Order: sequence, then C-alpha cells, then structure tokens
Amino acid sequence: MDNKTSVRANRWKRFSNWDDRPLRLDGFAIEDPEHGFSAFNGAKDPKPQVSVSDGRITSIDGVAEQDFDMIDLFIARYHLDPEITEQVMSMPSVEVSRMLVDMNVSREELTWLSRGMTPAKLADVVARLNALEITFAYSKMRARKTPGNQGHVTNAKDDPLQLAADSAIAVALGFDEIETTMRVSRNSWSNALACCVGSAVGRAGTLFQCSSEEAEELEIGMAGFTSYAETVSVYGTEDAFIDGDDTPWSKAWLAAAYASRGIKMRCTSGAAAELLMGFHEAKSLLYLEARCLCMERGMGAQGTQNGGIDGAPLAATMTGGVRELMAENLIAVWLDLECASGNDSRHSESEIRVGAKIAPFLMAGSDLICSGLGTILKYDNSFNPSLFNGEELEEFLVLQRDFEADGGLVPIDEQKALDVRIRAVDAISAVFEELEISSPGEPMKQSVVEASGSDETVSYTPREVSQISDKIKTRNITVDDVIRALHKRGFIEEAEHLMFLVKLRVSGDYLQTSAIVRNKKVISAINDPNDYLGPGTGYRLSEERRKEISAIRDVLDRGEVLRTEETFKRQETRRISYRNMGPSEPGTNPNEVVIGISPGFGIKLFRTLAGHSLSEVLRRIQSGIERGGCTMRVIRFCHTADTSFLGLSAAGLSGSGVGIGIQSKGTAVIHHKDRLPHNNLELFSNAPLTSLEHYFKMGENAAAYTRGTMPDPVIVPTRGEALGARFHGRVALIYAIETAMTSDGAPPVETEITFLDSTS
Amino acid sequence: MSKHKLGISDYPVGEKRPDLIHTASGKSLRELDLDGVIRGDVTIEDLRITPQALNIQADIANAAGRDALAANFERAAEMAVIPQDVVMEMYELLRPGRAKNITVMKDAAQQLRVEYGAQQLASFIDEAAKIYQKRGLFKFRY
Repeated sequence: MDNKTSVRANRWKRFSNWDDRPLRLDGFAIEDPEHGFSAFNGAKDPKPQVSVSDGRITSIDGVAEQDFDMIDLFIARYHLDPEITEQVMSMPSVEVSRMLVDMNVSREELTWLSRGMTPAKLADVVARLNALEITFAYSKMRARKTPGNQGHVTNAKDDPLQLAADSAIAVALGFDEIETTMRVSRNSWSNALACCVGSAVGRAGTLFQCSSEEAEELEIGMAGFTSYAETVSVYGTEDAFIDGDDTPWSKAWLAAAYASRGIKMRCTSGAAAELLMGFHEAKSLLYLEARCLCMERGMGAQGTQNGGIDGAPLAATMTGGVRELMAENLIAVWLDLECASGNDSRHSESEIRVGAKIAPFLMAGSDLICSGLGTILKYDNSFNPSLFNGEELEEFLVLQRDFEADGGLVPIDEQKALDVRIRAVDAISAVFEELEISSPGEPMKQSVVEASGSDETVSYTPREVSQISDKIKTRNITVDDVIRALHKRGFIEEAEHLMFLVKLRVSGDYLQTSAIVRNKKVISAINDPNDYLGPGTGYRLSEERRKEISAIRDVLDRGEVLRTEETFKRQETRRISYRNMGPSEPGTNPNEVVIGISPGFGIKLFRTLAGHSLSEVLRRIQSGIERGGCTMRVIRFCHTADTSFLGLSAAGLSGSGVGIGIQSKGTAVIHHKDRLPHNNLELFSNAPLTSLEHYFKMGENAAAYTRGTMPDPVIVPTRGEALGARFHGRVALIYAIETAMTSDGAPPVETEITFLDSTS
Repeated sequence: MSKHKLGISDYPVGEKRPDLIHTASGKSLRELDLDGVIRGDVTIEDLRITPQALNIQADIANAAGRDALAANFERAAEMAVIPQDVVMEMYELLRPGRAKNITVMKDAAQQLRVEYGAQQLASFIDEAAKIYQKRGLFKFRY
C-alpha cells in the first residue's frame, strides 16, 4: 500500500474529549478467569452435580463428601433437600431458565425447585439469561409484591442533630428502612439514639439499623433503638470466610441471635468480596455468590443484601459485571430470600452508567431497591458514596415518574422538608436535655436545620459526640427512657410512633420474609406475596400511589403559564399599543418588510422564550429594517400560528415580497412570497437562544433581501443545550394558547404599533 | 395456648391473633401501650420477644413453605431465654480459632443443654465442633 499521506496528525482530538469524561476515571479490567476476573466463567467453576445416598448428600458439584469444606457441608446439611435434589438436578438448565421467564410458571413452583439445586446449578441456569430476561425474572420472582427502598443516614461528623434531621427527611421521602454507621466506632450509641428519634418524626414504622461491631449492634438492638440488622456477612470460599473471622456456623448463630432479640435480620454477600480478599479459588463471581446464597437460605436468614455491595465497583470493571450483579440478585429471590438488591456502592463516576444500573431495578421493582441509597451528600456518607446520593436524589424521583415505576420513594416539598427537620432537631434536643445527656444551643440547631451537609453545620465536635455516646451506653439508656422523655417534652406523636415500632418486636411479625411496615401494618411475603402471572397481575401502581410519585416539584401547568403572562402584560401595556386598523391590503411599497405576528402576540403572550419583551423585539426588528433602508409594516394573522405560514403570508402582502413571520414565543422566519412554505430565506428556530441583537440583524437581512442581495445569514449559536427538555413543556402550552386563537379564513389585520416608552 | 399450629391466615399475629402473645412477665399485647411506658409499668424487659412468639412465627414460616427460616426461629426460641453474655460467648467460641480443641465446644454444647434446655442449639454447636476439627480450625489465630 502507498505510504504517502497528505496529512500527518498525532491524535484525533475526540479522544481528548473522551479523556475528559468522568467515565475515564473508572477502571476496567481484562477477563482473567485464572485470577478471579470473570463474572460468569471461572477457570475452576465446577459442573453442576449432586449425589445422594440413603437420604444423605454425598457429593455436591463434583466434590465428594469426604472432601467437603465447611461451605459444602453447610449447604448439604441445611440447604439441599435430599428428597428432591437428584430429580431437580437432572432437569436441563436451559429448561429451568425458560421457566424463570415463563409468566405461566408460578413463583412457588420455582422456589420449590431451588431447594434441590446446588450452587453450580443455580449459577448455570441464571447465566443463560440475558439482562432483559434477568430483569423480567427478577420482577416475577421477588418475594414481596410492594417494592420498597432503604436509605443511608450518616454524616462526616457523626453529628446527632444532623442524623435526627436527616432521618426525618428519609422518612418523609418514604424509605422503609434507614441505616446508619459511624466515622468513629464508639459513637454508635449516639448515632443509634439520634436516628431512632429522627425516624419517629412524621410516620411510624420505618425500620432502622445501626451498622457496627456484632456484639455492640446486638446490644443496641436490645436497647430498643434499632429494629433490623444486615451486617451478617457471608463469603463464598472457606478461606475468605475464615479470613472474615467467621464460619457458616458462627454466622448462623448470629442469625438466630438477632431473631431471638426480635430484630429483623438479613445476610450480606455479593460479587467480588472473595476476589477483594484474595481467596477466589479461580471461580467466577456468580458461582461464589451462589454458594453464599445457598448458605444464607440454609441458615434461615429471611433475606440478603447482595448485588455486589462493596465489591460492586470491582465487578463493574469486568465484562458482564453489571449483568452478573443482576444475576446474583435473581438467585437470591429464586431461593425465596428477601433481596435488598445492592445499587449501593457507587460503581462508576459516570452518571450514565449510574442511570443505566438502576433502570432494570426500577422497572422490575425490588424488596429494597437500594441497600442503601445515600439520602445525604456523598461526602457525608460514612459507608461510601452510593449509586444515588443526596445530590442525585431528585433524579431518582424523576425516573420513578418517567417509567411510572415505584422505587419506594415519594417527593417532598420545601416546606415539609423544613418542618420535619425542625421537628427532629427539637425532638432529639429535648431527649438530650431530658436525659441530661447534652444541651445543644440554638445556633447549633439552626445550622443543622438549614444545612444540606455537615460542612455547613456548627454543631457538636467529634469529642462531644463520643461523650454523648458513652453516656447513653454507660447509663444503660434504653428506648423506653427515650419514649418517656419525648412524651414529657410534648413530642407525643413521636413517642407513640416509637412505641408502635418497639411493640412490633414482641410479636415478631417483621421477622418474616421481606417484612416492612406500611401504613402501620406489617407487610411481607406472607400477606403481600408477589403473585405475578403476567400482565394485570403482580404489583401495579394504584392511582393514589401514581399521584404521589407524580408530585415532583416545579411542574408546569397552563394556568401557571397564563398567570405569569398576566404579570408581563401589565408591563407591556405601558410600553406598546397594538391598534387594529381593519383588513390588510397587499402593499405596493417595494421598500417595505411586512412583519406577520401571531394571533396571541402582545394580546395573551408577551415574552419570547429567551425572556425578551415582545415590544423590545419589534423595536429591534424595526431598527434593523430601517438600518437596511426599508420600512416596517405589521400585520396580525389569525388564520395560522405556524411560523412558516406567518412568514409566507406576510411576504405575500409585502410590497417587496419579503416578510418576517414571528410567533409570541420568539420563533421567527424571513420569507419570500415566491418560495414554498418550508423553504424560507432564514429560520430562527431556537427562540430561547435568540438575542435582541439577532432580531436586529433579522430586520437588517430582511431589508437586504428586498434589494435582491445575499447577506450573511444570521447564525444563532447553540452549545448543544437540550432546548427541548428545557422549553418544550412551556412551548406546547404557549403554542396551544395561540392555536386556540386561530380561526379558518380569518382575514389579516393591519396593526398599527406605537412604542409608548422610548426608554424601555 | 392453642396446640394446633398456626397458618398464614393468622399473620400478622399482632393484628390477627394478639390474644396469643404475652410478654415474659405475662402482659398482653394490649397492655404494651404508651401510657404503660409513661407510668413505668412497661419496661424494656416487656418489649422483648418470647420463645412462644418465636415458635408461633416458626409455625407460620413452615406454613408458608419456609422450612429453613422456621428452623432458625426455633433455634431463636431456645436462645431467647439465654442471657446476652452467654449468647455472645457462644458466638465467640464459634468463630475460627477461638476454641483450641473440640472438648471446649462439646462442653459449651453441654452447658446449653443442661442450663437452658437448648437441645437444637447444643446439637448445632456439636455439629460445628466436628467439622471444625475436620477442617483444622482449632489453630492459633491471635
């Protein structure tokens, strides 16, 4: 091939553009199954296999009984049903995978089958589904019908006032569970008390956990401050398990311990934990997670938090990593476990990857869509930044509205947000004072109520928080003390809400699978089971819920647009008058440019989308026309509101044959009488960007066209703004106002304009 | 209380069958109200779950087809009467390398059997002891 090239270049600069995108901060890794970097196909993933002898499992996935490690043995004893396993394992995986996406096969039938399946079989079946099929199967298989969500409430200072205020916000947003943790571990009691009080503001029944060291977490639970736990981590290899300082038996012991204290509990596992710990055994993410989930079901946990969790960012470096996270969530619900489906640790700096990650879960629904959506700002999240955070929370609310999908949350308005923050800060302050723990000053409280994040607060120092926490712990303060303190200081509703919640633990109803509290009732997989069997079944938005989800802030409506225009009207009547001079006649002046204005121009609508008053726009066009040596004549058309036809109609009546058509919103066209409607001389379609200077040049160019010359067309520069997103809602409303004023065959009206105030 | 097992129609028990729930001190669910707490009649001890309530939830879990969950509730029912420090000691013992030999664990199991009548928990620890020995977990970790 000829090596001669005419141009030499080092780099196509688009790559530099791409370098600057947040995406490029993300790491990506090559598939390397030998070293644990494989989502679905580990170098040493076993083939599905089981054998049973005398009602005893004697091998699992190619490992004989005498070689069982702790995990194999636990799965053999507590997960696999020897009665059914051989029969179930003999079913072809592809057939089972089709059952998962067959709306006519019930959830119950599939959960029953899962008890006979080994980890390798579960992984083999699920791996056959593509991302869409996994989403659908997940929607069908999740345990509770009504979707829910969990939020993180933490801050960088472990400030109890802010924790209380932010808990109240989380409750107002509709979170079913809130979870806190600490920067300084000894602050756990302070965090627990603060969130407990804050979560009693506004609504009863939000479950709460304080993620801390196991023994402490149980003690905090026994003191009545918390109602659930999800710190019981499970790992998919024996070495990782031991490295995590536990065994399947010690974790199962904890599962029973939480239940024995009336505390809802779920396990935590998820892709890539073993890889992060260096004990992956060259097995795939999915296979190892399938082992975890079989153990979790076996130990009698009602549910799991999986889908990557801390390992999500590592999983997302791999090909298919995000699909794998979805696949492991599917195995969880297939095993009949409640699933808090990850969407927790932020797996990417790219907001597009973030949005794409959440979309399948919004559509499918989940017991808890995020196992921690950050309700606070990223820097205040003591776990780690979540997929969605305080910064992006409104985006989540809008996504719910876009898809009419229930992500478990509801919008809040500004007044309510302020009200609950004040109430929560007052309540925790009252409890602190009543129990002689601390006495926060007004400036502290004020700063917390207003603050978006802890950078903006003037509140407790880290040392003071530790002292508060120590007092709560050493004085054995329990939830009944808090209830009495709230009551004594007049926070009756909050006292009742707390009482309601702690009383729930006595009956233990919320220990059952997928239990949350809605409208003061426990709902779970038992009394709200997912009964999906095709369209018309399963979870559907009620009309009431749809309204709640729709109620995001700053939504346009026609009345509001008209009211705004009324205020402009008062200003405009002082600047310009439009006088109806009767039917227009064709002009004869070869130096005239006719401006065709739309039906509502200056009558019902007064400003362009760029915010310019219509009087000023006309004044500038006129100046431009006159600079070009022509005169302006204005005609109002009522047979059309379309820019092109306004322009062409104006041109048709113009003595020069050149006209300008302009709508109230500022969209304009320069036209000539001999052209086709949509083949104009110049179009000014981006009204929101069209400046007064552009309107002046429009007039100047129109004048030039009357002389048959060819001016430089006016270019209204755009920087790629999503003008449709910004304006089309308003445009459609405004345009409808204009089109409603049109009538077929309405004659053109000669309009005399007078500028009333030359200084405006 | 009633001997026949409860089913999913009895759930939530707090709503459907509150008559079945009593605290360790014999209070009914209805007596656990705000006034009781304000008067000091209801304390944190009354706000604990009982073995009986856990066994009811085990029945319901079984009725819903969740045998493993039910078995956990049954273990929890045995554990509900065991003091917190003992529960945590046993947990600690079950962690890798805490017990230095199988006898320590067997003794712990026996203690649960004798002192608390916790048969299932005791068998659970015995079972763990055997596999810990097989997998070499009785080794020094720290």
